[in-house]
Amino acid sequence: MNILPLKAMFMLAWRNLWRNHRRTTIMLAAITVGVWAMIFMTALMRGMVDDMLLNGIRSLPGEVQIHHPAYRDDPSINNSIAAPDEELLKALQIPQVTAWTSRVRVPAVISSERDTRGVVLLGIEPDSEVQVSFDADTIYEGRFLEDSSDRGLVIGAKMADHLETDLGKRVVVMSQDPDNNIADRGFRIVGIYKAKLASLEETYIYAGRDTVQKLLKLGDNVSEIAITSEDYRNVDNWYPRIKQAAGEGVETLPWYEVDTYLGSMLAMMDGFVLVWIIIVFLALSFGLVNTLVMAVFERVREIGLMQALGMRPSTILYQILMESLLLLLIGLLLGNILAVGTVIPLQAGIDISIVAEGMEMMGTSSMLYPALKLNDMIMANVIVIVLGLLTSILPAWRAASYDPIEALNKT
Amino acid sequence: MSSIVCKDLCKTFQQGEEIITGLDHVSIEIDAGDFVCLSGPSGSGKTTLLNAMGGLDTPDSGRIRVGNTQVDELGKGPLADMRLHKIGFVFQAYNLIPVLTARENVEFVMQVRGEPAQERSQRSHQILKEVGLEGMEDRRPAQLSGGQQQRVAVARAIVSKPTLVLADEPTANLDSVTAGQLMDLFVELNQNHNITFVIATHDTRVMAYARRLIKMRDGKIISDEKQQQPQIED
Ligand SMILES: Nc1ncnc2c1ncn2[C@@H]1O[C@H](COP(=O)(O)OP(=O)(O)OP(=O)(O)O)[C@@H](O)[C@H]1O
Ligand SMILES: [Mg+2]
Repeated sequence: MNILPLKAMFMLAWRNLWRNHRRTTIMLAAITVGVWAMIFMTALMRGMVDDMLLNGIRSLPGEVQIHHPAYRDDPSINNSIAAPDEELLKALQIPQVTAWTSRVRVPAVISSERDTRGVVLLGIEPDSEVQVSFDADTIYEGRFLEDSSDRGLVIGAKMADHLETDLGKRVVVMSQDPDNNIADRGFRIVGIYKAKLASLEETYIYAGRDTVQKLLKLGDNVSEIAITSEDYRNVDNWYPRIKQAAGEGVETLPWYEVDTYLGSMLAMMDGFVLVWIIIVFLALSFGLVNTLVMAVFERVREIGLMQALGMRPSTILYQILMESLLLLLIGLLLGNILAVGTVIPLQAGIDISIVAEGMEMMGTSSMLYPALKLNDMIMANVIVIVLGLLTSILPAWRAASYDPIEALNKT
Repeated sequence: MSSIVCKDLCKTFQQGEEIITGLDHVSIEIDAGDFVCLSGPSGSGKTTLLNAMGGLDTPDSGRIRVGNTQVDELGKGPLADMRLHKIGFVFQAYNLIPVLTARENVEFVMQVRGEPAQERSQRSHQILKEVGLEGMEDRRPAQLSGGQQQRVAVARAIVSKPTLVLADEPTANLDSVTAGQLMDLFVELNQNHNITFVIATHDTRVMAYARRLIKMRDGKIISDEKQQQPQIED
């Protein structure tokens, strides 16, 4: 085979690349910035969506939930399930599960001496709840619940405002037990939390699980079991195992089925990221093709010479593609470094509160945490290389199809 | 056995309205191991004939055989293979790849042929020494004079001892001493390695080395004589 060895091809490509310093530098800068834009913007978008999704998921669901089959249609106390049995407890030991908790979750009414509001009452087990959803740091006055039999109540700051009540004051919480009898109880407010979303503060009030079970005469029953893992995207890998252990009598669902809006949001985002990467690439490809066309045009004679000496047209084609690949690889390397280098310092969060007014209703908070995903980086890199080489085929093909004599005699 | 057989080659070029004759019914047989000079005034068709023999250019009609290969029947790829493996070229005008050093230019074809690295560097060193470029191996073409560049091209053409060397004005740009050394080298390779040489030239000093001198004019062969080749003294 009369193909130049890879090493020689690489060397030739490298030298040819630096023949026109300025053009190569400009092109490299363009690829670098383009790749940076792909990855950086994707990280921002991902951060935003993650934030929305996590707020969504953490604002109670958990990534996988177990419910009474009728609970989602009628989230009343009648549709409760038994506490996890031994089989389920064993399944919850799998390494993918980082935490799980069980909750009682019922519609309720909370009254202070000033006002009355409809809320969702959560009877929780504080230690595990903290790992699944509740962020104890958001308690800004008082304390969080200490254990399941804690007799205190934790409410949101907005709710405290509405009720014109305060830490240490007493409120009455009212709901129905399974026999449809009114069950009510006085609670002392032991903690007030602030959530990223004001609507959460107005919706959820927290009490000890045992306390709520007693109040509602539930025995050991709970409304839901919520489970989280390392990465909410990977639930499909492990949730069937839980589903099997939980049995047929209950409904075990991953988050995207519990909340189809969140699920479709994520799917849409994946598509959006792809479109974004391709748009940036298209802008780049013009520069890339131009660079190669110029590089080929300047070297007509020498390409003719190589052919005259016996290099096959296909070898010429590979040679030009090699140059393009080299350009792309260097640009990608720089772009990736730049992207990672700019995202990492921002991972502590970007304060977007100035522009984020009104974004809350979309489910985002006022801090944006860019999320650099390996998959996104791989996708950007693969797209740039594959499409980059594809667009380079045209100029490379042109070079390969020169007639050696005509090319040699070109002046 | 004949190394090259050309039968009735015709080639015309179109330049605007004008039709220019490159080759006009040229038939010629060149024996293996011969040392042939093509001479004739500028525009007489020397380069055109060399290109046809080397499979670089296709004549409008006629047949060409080089060794056992019927050149006019080959496609682009096999033609490239033939040039690579059987023929050493020295072109009239543009010979070297600018981004490669003298040594790399010489090694380039060997590399494409897939010859091992050690052999390549040994032979390229040797041949560059023989053409008088010792110490300049690592210069790029732009750092060499026209004559030195020409010698690099010659070194590349003969480094792998091809069966046929087609050289177009190899001594253009060379002073008479270097030209003489180069011709001595050609004759040595011709006599000791049985390499066939076909050299197009205006240079009467070069013609003196030929064993067969072919004169062309207007795309035709006008004379074809055998002559005594000087023996080289070591
Ligand atoms: N690509 C071409 N297009 C048009 N005319 C050409 C082309 N190549 C050669 N010719 C013409 O064909 C004729 C023969 O050219 P050729 O190059 O073979 O001459 P030559 O004997 O090599 O001349 P020189 O000694 O100047 O190199 C010339 O008249 C030349 O102008
Ligand atoms: Mg000529």
